[in-house]
Amino acid sequence: MGEAAAASSLPADAPTDISAGQPVAASAPSQTGVPAGRLTGATPGLIGGVPGGVRPGPSAEPLRGIGVSPGFAAGPVCRAGDAPRMPSPRVVDDVEAELAGAAAALREVAAELGRRAEATRDATAAEILRAQVLMAEDPVLDEAVADAIRAGSDAPHAIDAAFAVHRQAFLDAGGYLAERVADLDDLRDRAVAVSSGAPMPGIPSPDHPFVLVATDLAPADTAGLDPARVLALVTEAGGPTSHTAILARSLGIPAVVRCGGAAGLRDGMVVAVDGAAGTVRVGVDEATVADTRRREQERRARAAASSGPGRTADGWSVELLANVGSAADPVAGAEGVGLFRTELLYLDRAQAPSHDEQVEAYAAVFDALGGRKVVVRTLDAGADKPLPFLEQSGEPNPALGVRGVRLARRDPGLLDGQLAAIAAAAARTGATAWVMAPMIATPAEARDFVARARAAGLASAGVMVEIPAAALRVRALLREVEFLSIGTNDLSQYTFAADRMAGDLAELLDPWQPALLDLVAMCARAGRAAGKPVGICGEAAADPGLAPVFAGLGISSLSMPAHAIPAVRDALAAHTREACERLATAVLSAEDPTAARAAAG
Amino acid sequence: MPSRTVTVGSRTGLHARPAALFVAAAGSAPLPVKINVAGRKPVPANSMLSVLSLGAKCGTEVTITAEGDGADVVLDDLAALLARDLDAEEGGSDG
Repeated sequence: MGEAAAASSLPADAPTDISAGQPVAASAPSQTGVPAGRLTGATPGLIGGVPGGVRPGPSAEPLRGIGVSPGFAAGPVCRAGDAPRMPSPRVVDDVEAELAGAAAALREVAAELGRRAEATRDATAAEILRAQVLMAEDPVLDEAVADAIRAGSDAPHAIDAAFAVHRQAFLDAGGYLAERVADLDDLRDRAVAVSSGAPMPGIPSPDHPFVLVATDLAPADTAGLDPARVLALVTEAGGPTSHTAILARSLGIPAVVRCGGAAGLRDGMVVAVDGAAGTVRVGVDEATVADTRRREQERRARAAASSGPGRTADGWSVELLANVGSAADPVAGAEGVGLFRTELLYLDRAQAPSHDEQVEAYAAVFDALGGRKVVVRTLDAGADKPLPFLEQSGEPNPALGVRGVRLARRDPGLLDGQLAAIAAAAARTGATAWVMAPMIATPAEARDFVARARAAGLASAGVMVEIPAAALRVRALLREVEFLSIGTNDLSQYTFAADRMAGDLAELLDPWQPALLDLVAMCARAGRAAGKPVGICGEAAADPGLAPVFAGLGISSLSMPAHAIPAVRDALAAHTREACERLATAVLSAEDPTAARAAAG
Repeated sequence: MPSRTVTVGSRTGLHARPAALFVAAAGSAPLPVKINVAGRKPVPANSMLSVLSLGAKCGTEVTITAEGDGADVVLDDLAALLARDLDAEEGGSDG
């Protein structure tokens, strides 16, 4: 969990170094002779085959991806130089010359990456680069290229075909190898460029700080990154364990990966990146840039200063927990994990992860928490977050379809297998593991889930409250479970019948909406009466303004990205329990979000 | 043909750094070495791409084979390398 180490290895002001006088939307960056266009059509299924040209307006909803390295940054976009376009096939007259050209191209790529490995001071990056050098020098690859040329191909197509075989093998293997596909594509793009007489692709080097946007970043690109210039990383592809993610964390640069909307970002657009929430706001103004910079400075100052459990001024406890997706996510300052999202383990998989693989992933998080509580949410996938191995037919409205715990209706083995793996990991590590099911609508569903959890050997089983039906029948629900966790994002979406992705409806999804807070209050009250914990794990939990309100309602824990904890801790400490209760009463009697905020202020 | 079957000792499996060290060692051996996991075709041990594609994890059994003078010495050295936790050496990476 190297967040603290990563942050301390960095000059405090480095990633936010936007000098006030500098026009942030300055001219397009000087890309060093990089040809445009990716190898379109050359490799079916090429990552990032997202059509470009989508330009979200300034007032649109932020683009969403997976936040993999926390922090706030804002500045102008520079896109990484895309790969060369594949030249048209040509008839080879001189086979020997073609063979020599292909071999020389691969040698040159290996040499260039070797030089980068020597030049970087980042040990992780150097290692990745040295592995890439070995791939470029691979005798099996060499032979495949030579065979293709002897069969009549030109050097660029021979190189592309030889890499395609290994690319497919990596994709088929899934997991770690599938995420190494970016390394292979980088090698291929470089070798194709050199063998067709083009310069090697690379990243931009404008003379001002920038937000680097790319389809995906190769280790060769990220190794050369200067954290004083690169404000944030945003990629369309990649995953939490991709190089982009690992290196961004090790350099302390905010990063968002798997951000599909990033395809529409163009050089010079000014964006604001939240590397924990995984959002990219497009077309922000100078005031927002300045505000983002200030938030980042405050975040760093707070993270350095604040510590300890969540308490009101008079010592009433509200647990402060972290939301994580893997052991790589930070948990510094958290009293435990209130939401361990397990979807990441299942993404991009041809099959469900094996029992052993799941146990390893869960145990890694349990180990990182060293005995602190971890609430594991069982798989929350569905037609809205599709998984290849779950044969899901199209649903007219995926958000209202078979998702979350509803998947167990079709495939109970998937849920039971996951519960067994969580139990095995808990037993191995001695962890305090709680489990909860997403998308519970009725007490009967909760009863079924709890029975399955207990059968797996997991005593602390609860459910999420995301569906208004669950909140309305919360007393009956509490008879079935040990605890509740309110997912405010989905609870808003379902209460207000407003799609979370619909930017035009954003004000309905405001967590200060009195109807949402009424449902939260019902759950908290019922939880106190039943003597069972009721926590919050949606975006609202990270709102320092709402923290004392939730405390006053009787919410027992708030779970959020770890970076948000210090501000929430401070907000709680500024109020006594009685003051929190007064605030809660005032907010609940407000007519709308504006009045609610005013009542709390 | 002389062979050694050994359990991969590196905690991240035969990936990244451990794979690079093994491939480099196999590449500098005086005779060709092949490696396979149960049920799969042997691949050249000096091929990084082929070795990675084995997908050998920590605890996976792999078999290395070689033929010719000095094969036993070469295989003993490579088997010892595979059995070590190469991630634990020289600090490793924090991926």
